[in-house]
Amino acid sequence: MDIKQIIKEENQVYRRTPLMTEATLSYCPGCGHGTIHRLIMEVVEEMGIQSDTIGIAPVGCAVIAYDFMDIDMSQAAHGRAPALATGIKRLWPEKYVFTYQGDGDLAAIGTAETIHACNRGENIAIFFVNNGIYGMTGGQMAPTTLEGMKSSTSPYGRNSETMGPPYKITEMVAQLPGTYYVARHAVHKPGPVRKAKKAIRQAFENQKLNKGVSLVEFVSNCNSGWKMTPNDSNIWMEENMFKFYPMGDIKVEGKLVNGD
Amino acid sequence: MKEIALMKGNEAVAEAAIRAGVDGYFGYPITPQSEVMEYLMLQRPEERTGMVVLQAESEVASINMVYGAAGTGKKVMTSSSSPGISLMQEGISYIAGAELPCLIVNVVRGGPGLGTIQPSQADYFQSVKGGGHGDYRLIVLAPASVQEMADFVDLGFELAFKYRNPAMILSDGLIGQMMEKVELPPQKERVKEFDQSWVITGKTQDRERNIITSLNLDPDLQYEHNLKLQEKYKSMEQDVMFEKIDCDDADYLLVAYGSSARICQKTVDMARSKGKKIGLLRPKTLDPFPSAELAKMSRRVKAMMAVELSAGQMVEDVRLAVNGKVPVYHYGMVGGKIHSPDDVLSEVEDKFIGGY
Amino acid sequence: MAKAIGAIVVDVERCKGCQVCRVNCPTMTIGMAEEVNGKGYHYAYMENPENCTGCTNCAVVCPDGVITVYRVKQ
Repeated sequence: MDIKQIIKEENQVYRRTPLMTEATLSYCPGCGHGTIHRLIMEVVEEMGIQSDTIGIAPVGCAVIAYDFMDIDMSQAAHGRAPALATGIKRLWPEKYVFTYQGDGDLAAIGTAETIHACNRGENIAIFFVNNGIYGMTGGQMAPTTLEGMKSSTSPYGRNSETMGPPYKITEMVAQLPGTYYVARHAVHKPGPVRKAKKAIRQAFENQKLNKGVSLVEFVSNCNSGWKMTPNDSNIWMEENMFKFYPMGDIKVEGKLVNGD
Repeated sequence: MKEIALMKGNEAVAEAAIRAGVDGYFGYPITPQSEVMEYLMLQRPEERTGMVVLQAESEVASINMVYGAAGTGKKVMTSSSSPGISLMQEGISYIAGAELPCLIVNVVRGGPGLGTIQPSQADYFQSVKGGGHGDYRLIVLAPASVQEMADFVDLGFELAFKYRNPAMILSDGLIGQMMEKVELPPQKERVKEFDQSWVITGKTQDRERNIITSLNLDPDLQYEHNLKLQEKYKSMEQDVMFEKIDCDDADYLLVAYGSSARICQKTVDMARSKGKKIGLLRPKTLDPFPSAELAKMSRRVKAMMAVELSAGQMVEDVRLAVNGKVPVYHYGMVGGKIHSPDDVLSEVEDKFIGGY
Repeated sequence: MAKAIGAIVVDVERCKGCQVCRVNCPTMTIGMAEEVNGKGYHYAYMENPENCTGCTNCAVVCPDGVITVYRVKQ
């Protein structure tokens, strides 16, 4: 069959969602941010909630996420996105509100805002992109940087004795009664991408229930910060990041998946 | 019929906020302003008007809750006292940069550092010179009574929305804590229509998406944005407000705001009874500052004295306004202590009358 | 049994040449072009178009969303 006969509108099975703007993404080649952005916008498109969705983009690589997502958005100071989301959601409980935060933002400078928004059970979605590094400022150590992992501020590898060990804030907040759904996903392969999208959908759907925070962590690559090619970074991520940050549901419908 | 109540300044702010149709209050306890949130919580504003009141985990969080909510075009506010306001400066700078309306109440206490819980006016610089980073200004209102604590809530929002700029009520522990008779404002409806040209309430098909941000990576755009802000700050001068007491025939002029102005008012009475022609100019807005009026007055009086509960902050703006035309003295108390009308009077007699 | 025949269209100028699509293509359809786009990237293209089944795997993992997928059943 001639290719021209295949490439017809009626045969189209996948296209970039129109909720992504025409702007070229500012992310490095192969960076998971672009995929996660697109999945969120696909869910907003499929649920038909563009006119009721408000996003918050704080400091980090995704600081100008509002250039790429065709929805109303607010930029936030470093770490403060859950506070902004709280302010918006409390005054507009019928809207869908989400934050899009990196690991430095959510797990270091914004720890207090994260934990207290989770503890109050704000009815919001938190999308947490963990690539174990400060990408935007040039690859410094993050709270999630693995033991022994090199960064520009741990050039000889992270030494837990002097720098503290990496920690799993996602598992931490899952312990709080205010979180309703907590899961960890990745977007480096088609299967994980499809699962990640389901989790994003769940996080949005949960906002209709008014039962608390839905937090989805995405373990992602930072090939520039890790100084690898995109595909090498995805392999390294599977072999190293996934061991410490395992994939899957952590809390579903307010109940921890493993344990009590 | 007038509704009269006996209230603390802090309570008056809270009651006025409910009556002004405020949609949200986000705060964190700190002396001497904790009564604001305590009063609000007690009043069940969610039942009275649907107003949301939330105790945040810090001042950092509360100002950022205000930032988020202000972007939706609703009326939102916070209150704190000096150390808490210092913590909020980052958020205030973002709000100013993003051009959002909101109200911040500072019930000032003595500093620096943890300082004291006693009243002070030492946060003048922080309030009118832009306490956070970047070239920005607030609208700063200085109440001198419990009545004005109530009245300035609505006024603050009116100006904040007029200019899409954060407004601050710069009060102090004296005005916040003392009880006075207050005529309560009528209950306003909460706003139901939002200016779709800028609010983030969800992008509808009939408009482009709205973005709340203070970020412009392109220096040309940030330059343009800054020029636009400066133009806006200049235009705020039309809303300058002040009160003149016994100024018509005054030879000497006191300049004081807030609690210090109340003290000076008594000093003026005492001086007048001794036949001394002293007047008082009381700025009700500290930003915009009544510079033009002071310049005008400098052609008529022999000297001025700024009287503040600080080591001398507003005095600098008085000097800038009169530009060397007359001597400008400063008298003030620091560290949470308050000058008496007699203290001010003897300073007046020494500097003004004695000095000439 | 019906066989799916697919094709992809790459937005050449937006492609950053990261190759994530290439390694995730189960039928080895995708290759990277010898020539570069306006930004200097070797963009993805259908090196072996006859292999494509229109499975969409390349498109869903593409960080820049530059791939549109078409499919017909035969």
